[in-house]
Amino acid sequence: MLEARNLKLWYGDFRALNGVSMSITPNAITAIIGPSGCGKSTLLRCFNRMNDLVEGSRTEGEVLFEGKNINDRRFDMTELRKRVGMVFQRPNPFPLTVFDNVAYGPRIHGLASGDALREIVKKALQSTLLWDELGEKLEAPALSLSAEQQQRLCISRLVAVAPDVLLMDEPCSALDPMATQNIEELMLELKKRFTIVIVTHNMQQAARVSDFTGFMLLGDLVEFGETQRVFTAPRQKKTEEYITGRYG
Amino acid sequence: MKQDSAIRLILLGLAMSSVAALAVITLFIFREGLPIIFRQGPGSFLFGSDWDPGAEPAAFGIFAMIAGTFAVTGGALLLGVPVGLGSAIFLSEFAPRKVATILKPALELLAGIPSVVFGYIGMLVLSPFIRDHIGGSGASVLAGSAILGIMILPTIISISMDTLRSVPRSYREGSFALGATGWQTTWKVTLPAARSGLVAAVILGMGRAVGETMAVIMVTGNTALVPKSPLSPARTLTANIAMQLNAAVGEHREALFACGVVLFVIIMVLNTFANWVAKLGKRA
Repeated sequence: MLEARNLKLWYGDFRALNGVSMSITPNAITAIIGPSGCGKSTLLRCFNRMNDLVEGSRTEGEVLFEGKNINDRRFDMTELRKRVGMVFQRPNPFPLTVFDNVAYGPRIHGLASGDALREIVKKALQSTLLWDELGEKLEAPALSLSAEQQQRLCISRLVAVAPDVLLMDEPCSALDPMATQNIEELMLELKKRFTIVIVTHNMQQAARVSDFTGFMLLGDLVEFGETQRVFTAPRQKKTEEYITGRYG
Repeated sequence: MKQDSAIRLILLGLAMSSVAALAVITLFIFREGLPIIFRQGPGSFLFGSDWDPGAEPAAFGIFAMIAGTFAVTGGALLLGVPVGLGSAIFLSEFAPRKVATILKPALELLAGIPSVVFGYIGMLVLSPFIRDHIGGSGASVLAGSAILGIMILPTIISISMDTLRSVPRSYREGSFALGATGWQTTWKVTLPAARSGLVAAVILGMGRAVGETMAVIMVTGNTALVPKSPLSPARTLTANIAMQLNAAVGEHREALFACGVVLFVIIMVLNTFANWVAKLGKRA
């Protein structure tokens, strides 16, 4: 579905990725773990080319999405980001109403209007279990919601444009343990419909929810494989040291 | 400790002295200007269109000047707001950071050019151009608006840019990550989030235009008649005061202070409104 091939990335003179290759399995959760500054978020942001927004960043290598290289100049960014959505570390709903947040994507892509749009919004909110809480409060300002609700809203906002892949950049780091658990349960539910890649500094989280785990260190993908195997029988010494808590 | 409280006292004194200056000026203007407004009746003073201090009896109706002020200011906004907001949006949202860091201070230099220089250029270049290519005598509302439109650019651009830059990056990222283009992101997320600050920028620019004097005197022709078209000459409240004050005595002098009262109120209302709008945005 998504595949990085010898991906290198520089921020100015600093090399953040030293040739990463990894393949993302559809309808599974792939976790990328590693200490701060190892390049895991950078790698994630290569999958929807969010690094383009960082001035002075430069990429080499390929990222294949359905066999096409998204780093190709001709690749349609709008289409890519519509199909590969992203959830951020801090919930970032727009300062608009709940409804307008979820309707934002469908509107800019001209997917629907009127009743059809309302239906999309409803379905999207249902899929993140927000509909029961907010169905009556669609006109409430999104910034008045709790942090967990805001993060769910941001996920709904993605679901509304029906992407194939959800990229999640430490989606629970701003949430309390209860909310974290709720979001994790939601991820397992969403996995049935979407391919999910999650970056997390929380190893337990990776162990709990993911099917595949990649361990990164200083811009290298040190180890990548099925989560259970990586956590119980790591092949690399560095991985073992990290998951047994010797650094990080 | 002792030194601290002494410094505190000195600073308090300095702060109070600027407040006192404002209070004294306000008091003075109102004391000199208010009586004639009420003696003559606010209606006939504000809406009388005959200004003739030399006649017997003298006529003090300032409607022509109020109309002149709003005509010139309105024209300045028509020109300055699109250009100013456009520049601010370009510099903060679309220009490479290097370009923005060079251009913003450059544009702010505009604010440092003395208004008499703007007026001089207007007199020498703009008015003759209007006379030769568009019509009328050249000294006109249009000339005043064009000059003022340029003069309010630094105010509008710099406040708008600061507002746009204070919109959290995460809003833009969220929008881009949904596949929105740069323009969609600006139009649907960044601008609405910055709305109150942008309105404040425009209002403060408007205040600057209403209060400008020298450049306006030099290019608008200063005829105390309600302007009929952009090519007609006009006289603003500020121009009226500046041109006549040194020769004015008695009631005439009072009437000019009354113009000051009207100006004062207009500017106060604009600034208060701008502050209020800006605060409204912060709360939301």
